[in-house]
Amino acid sequence: MSTTAVPDVAVTAVDEGFWTRARKAGAVLLGLGVLAAVLFGALATDQQARFTLSETEGGAALEINGTVGAILFGVIAAAAGAALLAGVPKRWFTLLLGAGLVAFVLSFLCWQVSAAPEGRNFMPLVNVLRGTFVLALPLIFGALAGVLCERSGVVNVAIEGQLLMGAFSGALFGSISGSVWVGLVAAAIGGAFISLLLAVFAIRYLVDQVVMGIVLNLLAVGITGFLYERLMATDAAKYNSAPRFSNWEIPLLKDIPLIGPALFRGNIFLYLGLLLVLVIHLALFRTRWGLRTRSVGEHPTAADTLGVKVLRLRYRNVIMAGLVAGVGGASYTLALYSFTKNMIGGKGFIALAALIFGRWSPTGALLAALFFGFADQLATYLGAIGSSIPSQFLAMLPYLATILAVAGLVGRVRAPAADGKPYIKG
Amino acid sequence: MEPGEIHALLGENGAGKSTLMNVLYGLYQPDEGEILVDGRPLRLKGPSDAIAAGIGMVHQHFMLVPVFTVAENVMLGAEQVKVPFAGFLDRRRARREVAEVSERYNLRVDPDAVVEDLPVGIQQRVEIVKALTRDVDLLILDEPTAVLTPQETDELLTVMRSLKAAGKSIVFITHKLGEVKAIADRITVIRRGRTVGTAEPTASRDELAALMVGRNVRLTVDKEPARPGKPVLEVAGLVVDDDRQVRAVDGVDLTVHAGEVLGVAGVQGNGQTELIEAIMGLRPTLAGTISLDGESTHGWSTKKVLRAGVGYVPEDRSVDGLVKEFSVAENLVLDIYDRPPFGKGLSLKPDAIAKSAKERIAQFDVRTSSADAAVGTLSGGNQQKVIVARELSRPLKLLIAAQPTRGVDVGSIEFIHSQVIHERDIGTAVMVVSSELDEVIGLADRIAVMYRGRVIGIVGPDTPREEIGLLMAGITPDTAARTANEGGAAATADEDAAAPAPEGPGNEDEA
Repeated sequence: MSTTAVPDVAVTAVDEGFWTRARKAGAVLLGLGVLAAVLFGALATDQQARFTLSETEGGAALEINGTVGAILFGVIAAAAGAALLAGVPKRWFTLLLGAGLVAFVLSFLCWQVSAAPEGRNFMPLVNVLRGTFVLALPLIFGALAGVLCERSGVVNVAIEGQLLMGAFSGALFGSISGSVWVGLVAAAIGGAFISLLLAVFAIRYLVDQVVMGIVLNLLAVGITGFLYERLMATDAAKYNSAPRFSNWEIPLLKDIPLIGPALFRGNIFLYLGLLLVLVIHLALFRTRWGLRTRSVGEHPTAADTLGVKVLRLRYRNVIMAGLVAGVGGASYTLALYSFTKNMIGGKGFIALAALIFGRWSPTGALLAALFFGFADQLATYLGAIGSSIPSQFLAMLPYLATILAVAGLVGRVRAPAADGKPYIKG
Repeated sequence: MEPGEIHALLGENGAGKSTLMNVLYGLYQPDEGEILVDGRPLRLKGPSDAIAAGIGMVHQHFMLVPVFTVAENVMLGAEQVKVPFAGFLDRRRARREVAEVSERYNLRVDPDAVVEDLPVGIQQRVEIVKALTRDVDLLILDEPTAVLTPQETDELLTVMRSLKAAGKSIVFITHKLGEVKAIADRITVIRRGRTVGTAEPTASRDELAALMVGRNVRLTVDKEPARPGKPVLEVAGLVVDDDRQVRAVDGVDLTVHAGEVLGVAGVQGNGQTELIEAIMGLRPTLAGTISLDGESTHGWSTKKVLRAGVGYVPEDRSVDGLVKEFSVAENLVLDIYDRPPFGKGLSLKPDAIAKSAKERIAQFDVRTSSADAAVGTLSGGNQQKVIVARELSRPLKLLIAAQPTRGVDVGSIEFIHSQVIHERDIGTAVMVVSSELDEVIGLADRIAVMYRGRVIGIVGPDTPREEIGLLMAGITPDTAARTANEGGAAATADEDAAAPAPEGPGNEDEA
């Protein structure tokens, strides 16, 4: 027999009876809404909760009485939940669920903002939005690296290492050459170096891909840590003072209220990240390369019998993933900070979570990354206004959301069928 | 191969048919020898060379991406791209191509259907369409009927005829003699990697089988009349759900006596699998009782059922019967590894396991390079022999064999059948579940026909095939008898009415 491909057990639609996914989500949402209305409503103060469109307290703002807002949005969330529970057409599901969750968050914010001390009881929406994108950016690059890799059937746990290596080589070569562009190219190559190792060991030597990924993360921490101590810490001016990309303001678009300052006054990485989401999404689902990539990730033997070069394609995709993640790492060192030891600090793993939460699709990964970025930004904001909620709780949110996603609450999460399985010909 | 010819390649499992065809398709490289196409030698570096040379293949395990649509599967590897935008797929053209090919050869498929939602027969059609869109002249079908229902098989044979009429050559790999005789223009028989003969389709089944196996095989099972003893397995009012919580077994009553073979016939998916799994303690029973030697097995673990003297040959050997990565020797003691002489306390006794394995391999004629070879490297027939050897090595009260010879070559079928009958003759109660009606008729002393979760009738093995066929379609003996107007031959649904067969059914050679 030429293959050992055993067709997976057909996934048959389970007759869910009354408790469809929409109803379950509705019940949860109803509970959350009621909780928000009662608890947040009780805790909120009578102060106005201001959501300013600019970065300062003044200027145009949306205002609502804290208690009223908390209760109102709580009720809206509960109503959305009740509607889902009562049973609505399928196409309304996403809309209602989204609206309900947003209302829940707003209820929470009404409480928090109104309970903040005088002078700080406002939320600058521009800052929050911009912060969300800034914090989401490495996740977007990381998750895209995951998409490229895993859609072709190679598990990429090494995103963390690829980001770190990219950040490091971007900083080092940017500093030495004094050119951001040299730094950018070096960062991409640095990320690709880690993924080349992943590719060789996973594809050529059939090493377990998850184990290999973890080892590569440790290797990246080790190499960059050592070189940081030896080079950068001793002569930071020479080795760790890379030039930075300045912000590019896009004419006209930058003047759109709220969105303009947040999205169109960013640096090259923001534009590149968003562009890559679009490009990879189109490429994956509309091009020959994408069809072959997905076929190799789902059923490599089938692709092989049709003349697709499975191993070559996997090599290529894994290395491309490294290039993308490397650039993501440079979004730190060539735009924001100097290199420090282990500066990625687990973002690569959250990117992995975003990949799963986004169901292995580039646009899904973007939304997941933005959600995680928002949670991160919210934690910072709550800290700044002296909230009673420990910021650690919000930091847990990405992982909690991923667990819920994997548990199937956000629809069926299905990895590419051959993800993580080495392909052996014959 | 001639143009417009259907050439059957016949051989036992492990004879080298699939390997030969994989070489022809460029998946494997030949060590020696050459392939001639139109008189010119052909060197294939990979499947794309084969496709370019006009060779297409439908693999035994379908080479379809389950989450892709039909059109996506068809275009993969030979994608049409839109000219102005580099690399963008031209889906409309792919869809049109699928529609054209399905139209031309009367192979109806919906280009936008997702493959995993399609039944097996249609998936196979997609495979054929896939090959045809690549303009192949030679189509290799590797065991195409192994997964098909009889109706789907008939449809496939019709398709093959229309392809032949269109001038395509077909290599048809199989070990089912009936199909070969029905469709082939020429037959080549392969045994142990060599061509052992070429035959015309007019050759008799026995001749072909003899060529395949290298000796005469009995296609029927010789056996003495059964001497049924006391009831061993009694099933009453059994109700079981399947994995989807749909009622699969709906009030089954059955009795299997010591020293008899009860055959369970029926179209697959009528509750046979769930019935067996419930008996084995693998699936919870919702109502009814199962008793073994008069003792209720309610709440017993599968291990306890096995220990009580039940042998079990599961339906799907690769999933339930064997641990593929384990050696033959290890697989032979999977059931009793923790009992003396094979294990004591926390430790295994490798010597005892090896010694017993050697004996079993000899006794059951398992063809393996060694007892330490991974069982997954054996051919299907030999894997099945390993299971049979394991299950029959314990003293049994009851043997349950589900699809005991599915995907097994003729030689092994004969051997397994004789072992089953031998087990019956030493007084074990035997229950054989098979979707091959010939097998049930050949082995059974009484035949229970299942339809929609019920035993719709219990008949003797000398009942005409047509009548059993009607039962399998849900038409009860009374109505069947009335329509056939031969009341004397019909058995009633009462199990007492079915007398044990005096002898096996005749050789229905030219059927």
